[in-house]
Amino acid sequence: MIGKLNRNSTLISSLISIVLGMLVGAIAMLLSGYDPIAAYGALFGSIFGSASDMGETLRTITPLIFAGLSVALAFRTGLFNIGVEGQLVIGGLAAAFVGLKLDLPPVLHAIVALVVGTLAGAIWALIPGLLKAIRGVHEVIVCIMMNWIALFLSNYMVGKVLSNNSDSTEKIHPSASIRVDFLTDLFDGARVHLGLILAILAAIFVYVLLFKTKLGYELRAVGLNPSASEYAGMSVKRNIIISMMISGGIAGLAGAVELLGTNEYLSINASLPGTGFDGIAVALLGANTPMGVVLSSMLFGGLFNGGNNMQYVAGVPFEVIRIVFATIILFVAANIVKQVGNRKSRKKKGENAGA
Amino acid sequence: MLSTMTSLLETTILYSTPLILAALGGLFSERSGVINIGLEGLMTIGAFTSAVVSINTGSPWIGLLAGIVAGILLALIHAIATVTFNADQTVSGVAINFLAAGLTVYLVKALYDGAGQTPVVDSKFTEWAIPVLKDIPVLGDTLFNTSPITYIALILVFVSYFVLYRTPFGMRLRAVGEHPHAAETAGVSVVKMRYIAVLISGAFAAVGGAALSTSIGSEFSATTVAGQGFIAIAALIFGKWKPFGVLGAAAFFGFSVALSLTGQVWGLTKYVPSEILTMLPYLLTILALAGFVGRANAPAAIGKLYEKGSR
Repeated sequence: MIGKLNRNSTLISSLISIVLGMLVGAIAMLLSGYDPIAAYGALFGSIFGSASDMGETLRTITPLIFAGLSVALAFRTGLFNIGVEGQLVIGGLAAAFVGLKLDLPPVLHAIVALVVGTLAGAIWALIPGLLKAIRGVHEVIVCIMMNWIALFLSNYMVGKVLSNNSDSTEKIHPSASIRVDFLTDLFDGARVHLGLILAILAAIFVYVLLFKTKLGYELRAVGLNPSASEYAGMSVKRNIIISMMISGGIAGLAGAVELLGTNEYLSINASLPGTGFDGIAVALLGANTPMGVVLSSMLFGGLFNGGNNMQYVAGVPFEVIRIVFATIILFVAANIVKQVGNRKSRKKKGENAGA
Repeated sequence: MLSTMTSLLETTILYSTPLILAALGGLFSERSGVINIGLEGLMTIGAFTSAVVSINTGSPWIGLLAGIVAGILLALIHAIATVTFNADQTVSGVAINFLAAGLTVYLVKALYDGAGQTPVVDSKFTEWAIPVLKDIPVLGDTLFNTSPITYIALILVFVSYFVLYRTPFGMRLRAVGEHPHAAETAGVSVVKMRYIAVLISGAFAAVGGAALSTSIGSEFSATTVAGQGFIAIAALIFGKWKPFGVLGAAAFFGFSVALSLTGQVWGLTKYVPSEILTMLPYLLTILALAGFVGRANAPAAIGKLYEKGSR
């Protein structure tokens, strides 16, 4: 009963944060002379406007689900995996390597590329996991450093190994692609691909792992109270390493899926893709539950894709969506709705006691 | 040979300056117990504001002041979220980065008809030559004939050291970051000290940002800061949360950037790829954290929520 009440209040406070975030965005637009109603109209009109819009929205949602799940899973074990960004880059790099350098029959080729991408992400996350477990180094800082190392490593590989001093690689072999005709046709040529189905499967996997298995119970127990878990005979160190590896594996899979489905080639980048950081917001708004992650991915994916259209139709710069996004995170993180509510109820209690 | 050394030193000084400033800012914040992942965003807002105001007023100094004000305002949001509302410090910092990245590019597009970057800052900082010292070989033409922001950065290293270690204010600030409850018992306001520290970090990081857009570069775009805020965090840790340590770390990281840039000119990158040289600061930071390059001990209360009266 209390659990249900709490869950409802989390949902309500998330919804209020979303509305507040959109209001801040509207104010920003008004102050700089744009029409927020026309802008939001164009935004929401295009999320599910046509089959191809819908397909592109679904494509935008896909990596957000993976990234959100990855962050949420680590969060449950008390770890802040801010390194999803780098694990994703490495997963994409590994998948590109398989997609370009190996010759395998269709289906098998894609599967191998996905598996190698997942493993690469897991190994990349193992480093901060090990350092945290063995030497007590804060994972956030190591993850940030690993992100940039991943970026430079990927750039180096693209330029020197996967291509001949070029800015991008060739297209991967068609046998490794996870784009399928029936989805492309269904959504009128949009770049939606099998990754979406893998993302849903990943959400189910995380749900089952966390809430239906002994390992998941241990992971959550360590997150809630490490010393009590240790006392009860669980190994905190082992669970930290396992959690980081699964989280990194999901992130690596995200990178592989983006490469094999959306882009189909790898290029040199000046900065990190940002999907991993988005995943932090997705997990936070989704209260670190798989279902919540899927829902908040839909919201943010819709905003991002609709935002592009808003820039095109209403002439409002896309970046206003990033402002909305940042504000929502701040409101959710500061739990402003609940805190303001608490203060009010505390005041009321005080008044009652006085009377 | 002498000219290579001069250009290497010049580039090192150039690229160290924003790192020193932002890392010193982070030093104040983290020494008071507030993690500041938002340095990147604070630099971004500083770089944007000082570029735009310099363009419109024709004075880089007014631009710098405006940048500082913008940095303080953005840092205020981080302070309110983390100190008053007890938001997770890392999450809030990430949000600050998002906010700055979105807001600045949005405003650039709104101000300049959808352009991706500001026009060129004509009135950027010019080099100041210090009399007499400027005649020293190599050093004179680099360290003593450089942007005023570099002098500001170097002076701030000494000032920060003095303030943190030689004044009651600095002692209180460090106490709040190590043992907030003990400090509160001794009559120090944890909330007040943390607010001041976070605002200082906003001001310093913004000056670092201004260095990027009105001294080293001469425009603002989405890629002006491009990760410098994160290298500054690395410098802060590699410098072991100490002002002179930060100076050394930032200089070293600046040197590795200079090496990867000038290395291309004199063929070093034939043997060591420039990407590897660019990776160096990050790799070294991990090694430092893991205890392989000396031990890096963070302030004890860093990242922990502080609630009055709790233990």
